[in-house]
Amino acid sequence: MQTVSTGLKPDVHLTNSRIISLHVNGVPRIADVAPWVSLLDALRDHLDLTGTKKGCDHGQCGACTVLCDGKRILSCLTLAVMKEGAEITTIEGIAQDDVLHPLQKAFIENDAFQCGYCTPGQICSAIGMLSEGKANSRAEVKELMSGNLCRCGANTNIIDAIMEVKNARL
Amino acid sequence: MSHKLLTGQPVSRIEGQQKVTGAARYAGDYHVPELLYGYVVNSTITKGKILEIDTEQIKAIKGVIEVFTHKNRPSLAWFDLQYADMDAPPGSPFRPLQNADIKYNGQPIALVVAETFEIARYAASIMAVRYEEQHFFTDLESNKGKARDPKKGLATFLKPLPAKPKGDFGKAFHNAAAQVSAEFIHAAEHHNPIELFATTTVYEEDGKLTIYDKTQGTINCQLYVGNVFGLHYKNVRVISPYVGGAFGSGLRPQYQLFMSVMAALQLKRSVRVTLDRQQMFTFGHRPPTIQQTRFAADSQGKVTALGHEAVAETSQHEDYTEVVVNWSNMLYPAPHTSFDYKLVPLDVFSPLDMRAPGGVTGMHAIESSMDQLAYQLKIDPLALRLINYTDFDVTADRPYSSKELRECYVQGAEKFGWSKRTPEPRSMRRGHKLVGYGMATGIWEAMQVLARVEAVMTAEGKLEVSSAITDIGTGTLTVMTQIAADELGLALEDVTFCYGESQMPFAPVQGGSFTVSTVGAAVKAAGKALRKKLLKKAGNMPGSPLKSVSEKEVVFERGGIILKSNQNVIVYFKDIVAAEKKKVIKTTNTGVPNVFKLKNYTRAAHSAAFVEVEVDEELGTIQVTRAITAVAAGNIINPKTARSQILGGMVWGISKALFEETISDHRFGKYMNQNLAEYHIPVHADIHELDVIFVEEKDDIVNELGSKGIGEIGLVAMPPAIANAIYHATGKRFNQLPIHFDQLL
Repeated sequence: MQTVSTGLKPDVHLTNSRIISLHVNGVPRIADVAPWVSLLDALRDHLDLTGTKKGCDHGQCGACTVLCDGKRILSCLTLAVMKEGAEITTIEGIAQDDVLHPLQKAFIENDAFQCGYCTPGQICSAIGMLSEGKANSRAEVKELMSGNLCRCGANTNIIDAIMEVKNARL
Repeated sequence: MSHKLLTGQPVSRIEGQQKVTGAARYAGDYHVPELLYGYVVNSTITKGKILEIDTEQIKAIKGVIEVFTHKNRPSLAWFDLQYADMDAPPGSPFRPLQNADIKYNGQPIALVVAETFEIARYAASIMAVRYEEQHFFTDLESNKGKARDPKKGLATFLKPLPAKPKGDFGKAFHNAAAQVSAEFIHAAEHHNPIELFATTTVYEEDGKLTIYDKTQGTINCQLYVGNVFGLHYKNVRVISPYVGGAFGSGLRPQYQLFMSVMAALQLKRSVRVTLDRQQMFTFGHRPPTIQQTRFAADSQGKVTALGHEAVAETSQHEDYTEVVVNWSNMLYPAPHTSFDYKLVPLDVFSPLDMRAPGGVTGMHAIESSMDQLAYQLKIDPLALRLINYTDFDVTADRPYSSKELRECYVQGAEKFGWSKRTPEPRSMRRGHKLVGYGMATGIWEAMQVLARVEAVMTAEGKLEVSSAITDIGTGTLTVMTQIAADELGLALEDVTFCYGESQMPFAPVQGGSFTVSTVGAAVKAAGKALRKKLLKKAGNMPGSPLKSVSEKEVVFERGGIILKSNQNVIVYFKDIVAAEKKKVIKTTNTGVPNVFKLKNYTRAAHSAAFVEVEVDEELGTIQVTRAITAVAAGNIINPKTARSQILGGMVWGISKALFEETISDHRFGKYMNQNLAEYHIPVHADIHELDVIFVEEKDDIVNELGSKGIGEIGLVAMPPAIANAIYHATGKRFNQLPIHFDQLL
C-alpha cells in the first residue's frame, strides 16, 4: 500500500520581515522579525533573552510566561508583531540592580526548582498571579498557578515559596 | 574555630541565582553568530519504505540551506558497535537516516536546515514523502504469544535477569492458606522533561566541534559523535552544564545530536536542532508491561510462595530490559519462588530507562498483591510487612549492608496516623467523600560505578574539583561542593565544582541513583590524595613546622594545615602552592567500589509510603490528599535537595498512578496524545500535602560516604500505596495504571 504525506505549495511571502520596537525589561529594543515569529522566539533568537523557555510552543506548559504590560501571557502564543510598543518583562528583568525579587529569593530558599527549566515561567506567572489579586488561599494559588507545569515535581516547594511572599505582603 | 561539616547541612542550591534570574543557559540557549536552524521531519507511517522524498520543492524556498535525507547523508560508521553508547541494550542501535526503511512511527527521515527557525519548520511541514507501507505490530496485549527470553549483553550485568525457580512453587502455592493471583497492566510513558531536546553544534574555525547538548552523559555523547562521524575525540567537546530535566531520556545520545552534528560537519556552519514536543515522543519511553503475580502465605501471614511474571515491549532492533520481577523475594524471604521476564519485539522505537525503570513497574504489582494478601488474611497491611521482615537477602544469600526499613514503617505510620485507619473498605468518610489509607514498601539498589575526579589547589588557596558528570536538577553541583569542602576543611565559597564537560575527568552517565556515591567517592579519593600531597609539600618548606609530621597529627581547616598539638601552628594552602613555585598543586584520582567488601552484602535503599485518598464516587474523582514517604538511604549529604528528590519522586508516583500514559492507536501504530495537553502530568492543583522522613541509617560498607542514591526510591512505593488506598476507600481493586475516573464509575 502506498501512502503520501503531502504538504502544500510553498508560500514565498511568509519570510518578509519587518522592524518592530518593544520595551523589554525597561530598555527600548528593536527586532527585525517576520510576522510568523512568536514573541518567545523573538526574545530568544533575536534579542538573546534566553531566560524565557520553550517547553511546548503550544501554550500547554507555561515555561514561556512573561509579563506584558504587567499581565502574564504565554509568549509562545503571541506573535512578536502583535506587541509593537508593549512593555515586556522577562525573567532577566525581575531582579532590580542585582537585588533579587522576594519571589526569586523564596524560590532559592524553599528549593522550589530542581532542573530550573520551568522556573522563569513559574516566577513570572506568580508575579502576574499575585498582582491579579484573585487568589486568597493556598488552594486558589495552586489553581491559578496550574498553567505552569513542573516535571521535576517541585510543586509543593513552588507553592510554599509563593505563599511565603504572598503572606509577607499582607 | 574548627570546621563545621558541610555534608549533612541543608545547603541551598549553589546555582540557584542563575536559575531564578534566567542566566542559566541550557543546550538551546547559546547565542552563536551565523547560526543555522535544523528541523526534523518524521515518518507518518509505522513500517515500510520511503519511495520518494520531494526535497527540490522545499529547497527552492528562500532561506532553506539544505535538506538531508538517507540519500544524501554523509557516509558514516559501519559497525553497530560504533553506534552503541554506554546505555545501549543488546542489539543494533538505531541509525538515523541509514536507509529507506521505516521501523517505527515518528522515525526521523529528514532534516531541513534553514537560516531561521521558522523557515526550517515551515519547509519541514510541507515536505512531500511517498511511502510503501507494510503490515506492522505495535500492540503488546494481542502479541503476548510472541514473548521470548531477552538476549544477553553488557547491560545484563547491571540489569540481572530473574533468578531460577526455588523450591516447589506450584505445590506451595496450591496448598497455602491464602493465595492471591492478579494481572497488572501498564501503558507506555514518555519522560517529557519540560526542556525540549536540543543540540547546538558550534563549528569552530579549525573544524573542531563544540557541542551544547541536552544529555545525562557528556562523555557518552562525545564518544558517540567521535565513533559515528569518525572524528578524533579531542576535537569533539560536549558541554551540558544545565539540563532541563531528563529522568532517563538523556541516558542515550538522541537523534537531534546526530542531526545537528551531521549538518554542521557537512555545511561547515554552526547548527541548532531542537525537537518539538510531538517529537519528544519519538525516541524512547517506559515500555508497556503486563505482569502476573501469584503470592501465597500461611495462616499466620508468612509468605511461602512468590510467583511473578512480566511480559514487556521492546523494539525489533534492540532488547531493552528492566528489572521488574526480582524484587519481591529481596523483601519477603519465601522459600518457593517462580519468576519470569520476557520480551515481545514490536514495531516501535526501543524503550529507554525512565525514572525507577522496572522497579516502579514491579513494585506496583508486588505491593498491591501484598495488600490483597493482607485483606484475605485479615491482617493489617503494615503488620503483614513486619511479619515478613528480613535483614537478609535470600536471593543472594547474604545480609543487607544496612536496612532501616523497619524504622521507615514505624516513623512513617506514626506521623501519618496509620493507627486511625479502620480496616474495612468503605469504612472511612469525610463529608460525602470516601477516604482511604494505603501503604506500600519501596526498594532500589544502591549502586556505585567508576568515576575520576581532578582536585586542584589554586594559588589563592582555593579548591577546584572537576568531573564530566552532569547535574540534571538532582543537586550534584551543590552536593559535590559540600563533599569537597569537607575534604579540605574549606568554606563552600572557597570550593568550585566544575562539571558538565566531556573534556573533564571521566564520569559515567548520570542515572540509576548512583551519581552521589560514584562521583562523591571519587571526590573523596582526590581529596585524600590532595591532603597527602599538600602535607608532604608543606613539610618540605624551609623551616617548616610540619616537617616529618604525619596526617594523624594535623587537621585541614581555615585554609591551611594545623598542628593538632599546637593549634597556633598553621601552614596556609596558598603558601604551600607559592613555595612550590607552581601555579597550582593538583591530583587526579579514581573512585573505585570496594568489590571485596561489597560482594558479601546486598546494598539497597528502602522506603515506606503512606497515602490518604479522597474519592468522590458520584464524580469519580480521586485525590491524593496526603502522603508521607519515609526513606532509609544511608547518609543524606544535603537534606534540602534530598527532600526535593523524594518529593519529586512522590509526584511522579501520583502521576503514574493517576495521570500519565501514552495512548496508542494500534490501527495506525501511532501514539495519539503527543502533547502536554493530552499527556497528563499533575498540575499544582493536583498536588496536596506531601511529607518526607529520612530515618537514620549508618552504613560503613556501601561506600566511603555511607550514602545510597535517592533519585528513584521516592517513586517506587507510591503507585501501589495509592492503588491500595483507593481499594480501602472504595472496595474496588484496580490493577491497570493510571487509574482513571471512568474506571470508578
